[in-house]
Amino acid sequence: MTFQATGASRREILASVTAAGLTLNFAIAAKAGAQAAGVGALNAFVRVAPDGVVTIMSKNPEIGQGILTSLPMMIAEELDVDWKNVRIEQAPNDPKLYGRQFAGGSLSTPMNWDELRRVGAVARLMLVQAAAQAWNCAPGDCSTEPGNVVHKSGKKRSYGSLALACANIPAPDPKTVTLKDPKAYRIIGKATPQYDTVKIVTGQPLFGIDVKRPGMLYATYAKAPVFGAKVASADLDAAKAVKGVKKAFLVEGTTNLTGLMPGVAVVGDTWWAAKKGRDKAAITWAEHPTGKQSSKAFNARAKELAAGPPQRTARNDGDVEAALKASAKTVEAAYSYPFLHHAPLEPMNTTAEFKDGKLEIWSPTQNPEPGRQLCAQVMKIKPEDITVHMVRCGGGFGRRLSNDYMVEAAWIARETGAPVKLLWTREDDIQHGVYRPAGYHFFRGGVDDKGNLSAWHDHFVTFGEGTAPAGSAGMSATEFPSRFVPNFKMDVSMMPLGVPTGPLRAPGSNALAFVHQSFIDELAHAAGADPLAFQITLLGDQPAVGQAPSVYNAARMVGVLKAVGEMSGWGKTKLPAGEGMGVACYYSHQGYFAEVCHVAVSAAGDVKIKKMWVAADVGRQIVNPHGAMNQVQGAALEGLSHALHQQITIADGHVEQSNFFDYPLLRINEAPPVEVKFVMTDYPPTGLGEPALPPAIPALTNAIFAASGKRVRSLPITKAMLKA
Amino acid sequence: MSYTLNVNGKALSADVDGDTPLLWTLRDALGIRGPKFGCGVAACGACTVHVDGQPQRSCQLPTSAVGAAKISTIEGMAAHPIGKKVQAAWMELDVAQCGYCQPGQIMSATALLAKNPKPTDADIDKAMAGNLCRCATYTRIRAAIKRASGQKEA
Ligand code: FES
Ligand code: FES
Repeated sequence: MTFQATGASRREILASVTAAGLTLNFAIAAKAGAQAAGVGALNAFVRVAPDGVVTIMSKNPEIGQGILTSLPMMIAEELDVDWKNVRIEQAPNDPKLYGRQFAGGSLSTPMNWDELRRVGAVARLMLVQAAAQAWNCAPGDCSTEPGNVVHKSGKKRSYGSLALACANIPAPDPKTVTLKDPKAYRIIGKATPQYDTVKIVTGQPLFGIDVKRPGMLYATYAKAPVFGAKVASADLDAAKAVKGVKKAFLVEGTTNLTGLMPGVAVVGDTWWAAKKGRDKAAITWAEHPTGKQSSKAFNARAKELAAGPPQRTARNDGDVEAALKASAKTVEAAYSYPFLHHAPLEPMNTTAEFKDGKLEIWSPTQNPEPGRQLCAQVMKIKPEDITVHMVRCGGGFGRRLSNDYMVEAAWIARETGAPVKLLWTREDDIQHGVYRPAGYHFFRGGVDDKGNLSAWHDHFVTFGEGTAPAGSAGMSATEFPSRFVPNFKMDVSMMPLGVPTGPLRAPGSNALAFVHQSFIDELAHAAGADPLAFQITLLGDQPAVGQAPSVYNAARMVGVLKAVGEMSGWGKTKLPAGEGMGVACYYSHQGYFAEVCHVAVSAAGDVKIKKMWVAADVGRQIVNPHGAMNQVQGAALEGLSHALHQQITIADGHVEQSNFFDYPLLRINEAPPVEVKFVMTDYPPTGLGEPALPPAIPALTNAIFAASGKRVRSLPITKAMLKA
Repeated sequence: MSYTLNVNGKALSADVDGDTPLLWTLRDALGIRGPKFGCGVAACGACTVHVDGQPQRSCQLPTSAVGAAKISTIEGMAAHPIGKKVQAAWMELDVAQCGYCQPGQIMSATALLAKNPKPTDADIDKAMAGNLCRCATYTRIRAAIKRASGQKEA
């Protein structure tokens, strides 16, 4: 995941995977402060009560990916406790104790898999030592069963009776502890319901929007439709005249499009009163340099750039021009995709309280620490004087990696002098996103007389300035199929952009999979080859190419392609006219995914998706199969939603869409069954929130081609594109 | 102005403007926060409650129009013979991802089963298409409705 929005690149974050080990020593040495009577804190993650109830801290934000449950499962497994005795708490935002705390890049599992099991193992060893001291025996004479230390003679002591004694036991070095043989797992790998399930299903207050503080007021915040434009005029008195409105004021703001933008705040005793006040404020906005930008102009400029020489060549292997000339068949195609918005179902909100120079924040954020730093910087207060509580997020998808709404709430609360819950309208949300950038690819490709992919040229037109792409608008020079095609050229041209952009679930990949896997499918058809067989041939028999962190393990991809072929009856299913199957595969977030889609396309151009099959390789262990299945199905369906419905367009500098009627999302009547298979391979387990999404889109568009002969080269798919 | 509403079998009073949508009266004035805000324009279903047993988008219903109607929210479903079963199915299948849409989903599903105890896939599509799930938990929503109605989960 690229983290332009927050300043940290994916590579930096991957580097912190190793750095996390240093933090672990703090976490293990930390005996959390005052505890309820008799409760022993073994480290910053684990507390044990006399009755054997174990409280485990979950360090990262919960956005619906199930991490609140799956991270504690790792600790509980090695600690050796009964899952039913585990209580989970959201850890405080404290990077010194817990390392990087964020939800992004499908990194929570790979970054914490080793560390958190060691946290559990260390705590278990301390309990064993406490028992050995009590029994005056060697620790080697003791073992554990869930919740108890057991002496070889058969006598037992409960963890609850030993926890306090652990205060005097030095924590062993986490690097030296032996971890369990996976065959002995009792918790990891078992389908485990989400910890919050009962609360969710019974409607208990749980989300950011549900936070309540004594004396709390409610706020709305109006910003200019043109990103960053200032307030020209506002009738604050009219807003204040509305019953229930307590305050209305201007916020000067900054020029940071993912920070505190200028606007008008209206605060009331209910949110509805605040919103009515805002509607009465008759705000007008100043002109702004980006007030003329539009999707139409971007599209036209992209064509111009593609027609000229590229600004830069990112990769040039072999001789593309010669290879194209020598090709038996060549294909030329222009692909494009639109801006997209995340639209988590819970609109952006944060509750903040400023008292005695200290700021306390309750925020559904994916990225609490950068939010704290942003508030400190904008409000000119010390980070130490700011506490950010992570609250369950009603979806994130990358939107909540930016903390614009957090700093707004903090500012408004200080200005108001009371606790304030800021809540955006859906219109605010759709028009003030941090968008997946649009992009354009102008391809030429060739297959030789043996039917092999021999030449590939992409002129990628994207957004950015100088050599720096806009947020999530870049493409790596190691992007597949580079390194697999002997003559390969990647050219890049960029145009400036005044729209905030950033990571959306499977950033980069969610667009690149569509264009690359569709164009490969075009070349397969040009070669007269079966598309799945063509993919396998392209991957070849080399096991892996490249160096970390850009390794592409071709053998793992071939594995999932073969698996999805079998699951879907690829090449063996006789389909009626107007129906077809498409295949695509994609590597992202360290996961290898191949997907097949079965569609029917009517003469009028209506698409009915009948079924999806997903084969996934995320290594040797699925931590929580229950959550894993949900993530994969949801991500694949999200891909279909992108392809069928979603697009953000810009006109006169602002987003044209405003709510779910013009920014539709997939609904239940359009959602096909999604069959999922996890292909187990002997690699460390990796994350699942994202990698199932990218290949779903080209699997669909390739299936549409198989069914109708219509090639989808721009998204979203429209009826007009597919009409016979 | 003060309105007395019948919510989950209790008479509750709220001092709000009559045009305040029931959703905000429930959430901000009465502290009943199960119904969720997702769009404010009847396009997502997150705010669904029952008004005299019928599923309705509470973001669209002015408080002044509620009168003596019986309002049920997700908080009242544990005491509802069908709602209880729907909640149980939702828990058994662990339908939720982020969970934000699920109170609305459960309210719509309960209203469906009250009218149609054995819905077909097409019935489910029709009754549930107004409820968005941004996390796309649709496969499990369908399965949970089938389970709550005692039908085979496809
Ligand atoms: S909030 Fe009422 S339907 Fe979306
Ligand atoms: S579970 Fe997240 S919106 Fe439905």
